[in-house]
Amino acid sequence: MPDLQTIGLSHYLIVGAIMFVCGAVCMATKRNALGVLMGIELVLNGANVNFVAFGSDFLRRNPAYGIGLDGQIIALFVIVLAAAEAAVALAIVLNFYNNHSTVDVDRADELKG
Amino acid sequence: MTNLLYFQLGLPLALAHVIVALVACFLLINLIAVGALFFIWLERKVSGRIQDRLGPTRVGGKFGWLQTLADGLKLITKEDLMPKGADALLFRLAPYISFCASFCAFIALPFATGWVGLELNVAAFFVLAVLGLEVFGVILAGYSSASKWSLFGAMREAAQVVSYEVPLGMCVLVPVLIAGSMDLTKIGNLQAGWFTNWYIFHDPFTFVTFWVFFTCAVASVNRAPFDLAEAESELVAGFHTEYSGLRWSFFFMAEYGSMFLVSGLGTVLFFGGWNGPIPVADLLGLSASHSGVAFFIANLLGMTGFIFKSVILVTVMIWIRWTLPRLRIDQVITTCWKYCTPIAAVMFTGVVFWQALGIPSGGDLAPRLGRPAGASREGWLMPDAANPTVAQHGPAAHAATEAPTNTHTPTDPQTK
Amino acid sequence: MSWHALEFYFLALMACAFALAVVFAANVVRMAFYLILSLGATAGLFFLAGADFVGAMQLMMYVGGTLVLLVFGVMLTAQGPWVSIRTSGGEWVLAALVGGSLLAVLVPTAMRLDPAPNHEHAAVPGTAHKSENKAPDAKASTEPQTTRPTATRIGLGLIGAPTSGTSGYLLPFEAISIHLLVVLIGAAYLARPKRRARPKLVESDEA
Repeated sequence: MPDLQTIGLSHYLIVGAIMFVCGAVCMATKRNALGVLMGIELVLNGANVNFVAFGSDFLRRNPAYGIGLDGQIIALFVIVLAAAEAAVALAIVLNFYNNHSTVDVDRADELKG
Repeated sequence: MTNLLYFQLGLPLALAHVIVALVACFLLINLIAVGALFFIWLERKVSGRIQDRLGPTRVGGKFGWLQTLADGLKLITKEDLMPKGADALLFRLAPYISFCASFCAFIALPFATGWVGLELNVAAFFVLAVLGLEVFGVILAGYSSASKWSLFGAMREAAQVVSYEVPLGMCVLVPVLIAGSMDLTKIGNLQAGWFTNWYIFHDPFTFVTFWVFFTCAVASVNRAPFDLAEAESELVAGFHTEYSGLRWSFFFMAEYGSMFLVSGLGTVLFFGGWNGPIPVADLLGLSASHSGVAFFIANLLGMTGFIFKSVILVTVMIWIRWTLPRLRIDQVITTCWKYCTPIAAVMFTGVVFWQALGIPSGGDLAPRLGRPAGASREGWLMPDAANPTVAQHGPAAHAATEAPTNTHTPTDPQTK
Repeated sequence: MSWHALEFYFLALMACAFALAVVFAANVVRMAFYLILSLGATAGLFFLAGADFVGAMQLMMYVGGTLVLLVFGVMLTAQGPWVSIRTSGGEWVLAALVGGSLLAVLVPTAMRLDPAPNHEHAAVPGTAHKSENKAPDAKASTEPQTTRPTATRIGLGLIGAPTSGTSGYLLPFEAISIHLLVVLIGAAYLARPKRRARPKLVESDEA
């Protein structure tokens, strides 16, 4: 059980885990395409919390075991890639909406055999 | 100040932090509120003069300087209306979101050396980032009002703000590049001395950059001629069509707060911040020490200069609003992508070359008006220049934390 | 309880609570709003962990850019019936099962990790850190330069300068840049206005 008084790595990882799971559930249950997209953002963010926590020098007993700058840089890359992914996904959703006038992902079944 | 409370008065550290934070918040809220009162009065006077009227003349004496207070009283007594189909939670929250974003950005804006809510290493970036959040208040207001006019206004705002963040960020990068730091306090202090040290006079590229910055700043705080979100000739009143009373006034508090904020940012980045055109404090010998009464007075002088310069920029914004007609939405986007962004990119490249080739800057051309010795890179490639002018901390903080951020040896990465 | 812990719990609670709110909200605009708050709180957590550049980046790119785009998309498509689409109960049960088991795996794993650091007042990021915050067994030479501003370290890493034991990040940085360019072109291509069915031919036929 982690110490409640001083904040360590575990605290951050738990927050990351909760955000990740929320995102996964969100992706699974939402039928609105944009809702699914929001779930993805939450998942990526949960992962980002982990990266930053592992890369942080202030959360461990011995900073020498940390992954150093890698954590922050990967978090930055995730942020940038999330922006790119959102732009493409949004373009796809808008196209889908233009063609089918709905954003319900369950209606995207034209290719079903 | 935290150290004063913690070490000398013996308060718990958490309590000391809370007290310091509350004091900073109180000062900043007052600044925004009084600033808004003043700017609204100024706007009415300036617009009156531009349109050959007198503006307010009755409330509070000859110049009507209490007019805003009377307006505020009127707004408080108004009924708080909400449309029938509105999303109640978001409708109620939206004005506060706008205001919070505008307020939060002030946290990292320094008013003089060490006089800043929170010394952030990435202050310039932080201010830009938080300023961009203000758009959410507008978007949510537009959506939740259940009105077509509001929605159109919000959509325009979203497109405009996202677009203008690009050239604005590029323009902010230019002073950051020259200073080698994103710390606004450091950027301001690097321009100490005579006005020739200001980054706007650094080289021709920065001179152009400032005007691009200013254009983008006006656009990003939604002032005319870029106030498409509230174009009253087409959209009734845009995103705040359905608002009334106090909530409506919060939007305006946020708008005037942001105006002052971007003006302050421009002042720090291009006009030397608290370092006046003439280094009065230096000439009087007040800024020799980093603590004590002399330092306090020097800071006070600096802050006066800073606020004065910022108010001038706000006045220019007001002047522009009552002079230029509103652009169309396609013209707004064209201005951003076809003019501001390429110009900013070219200016950025130009400054890179100017710096790389070592061409003397404005401050170096005039020999006796040059900048004080020592440059501040954030500690790489150059040996540690313990810059005497870069005092990182306020009078109280400086005594306890003697380790500013650039006191490490630059060869560290290669030791392994 | 230290100030740092208090701040952490406040921000962590905000991030998790609004993440849950995103899951349970039915209205897509409300979802977007809760997501903004959740990600904003996460940015606060980053600041608290000493990653101030990543925190500011999160605010700027994620909250200020990506989410504005998302809300933009929501407003373009949120009309009438599509504002809130209900999910069937069976899906909820299934998702809750999967999510619950995932959480049941992740949380104990997180708890078994590195115990909390042993400094009393955990570091307040952004300020200069004193050396007693570090564990005494950390060798001085392998210690990362915590006093160095993170933005500079990140910048140096991105242009390929080796930082603290690892090689630089120039190659991933370039890969990401190319990726961004491709995405930019792709998104613009996808979202381009559709051409009407050969308007020029029709004109020439009439002529």
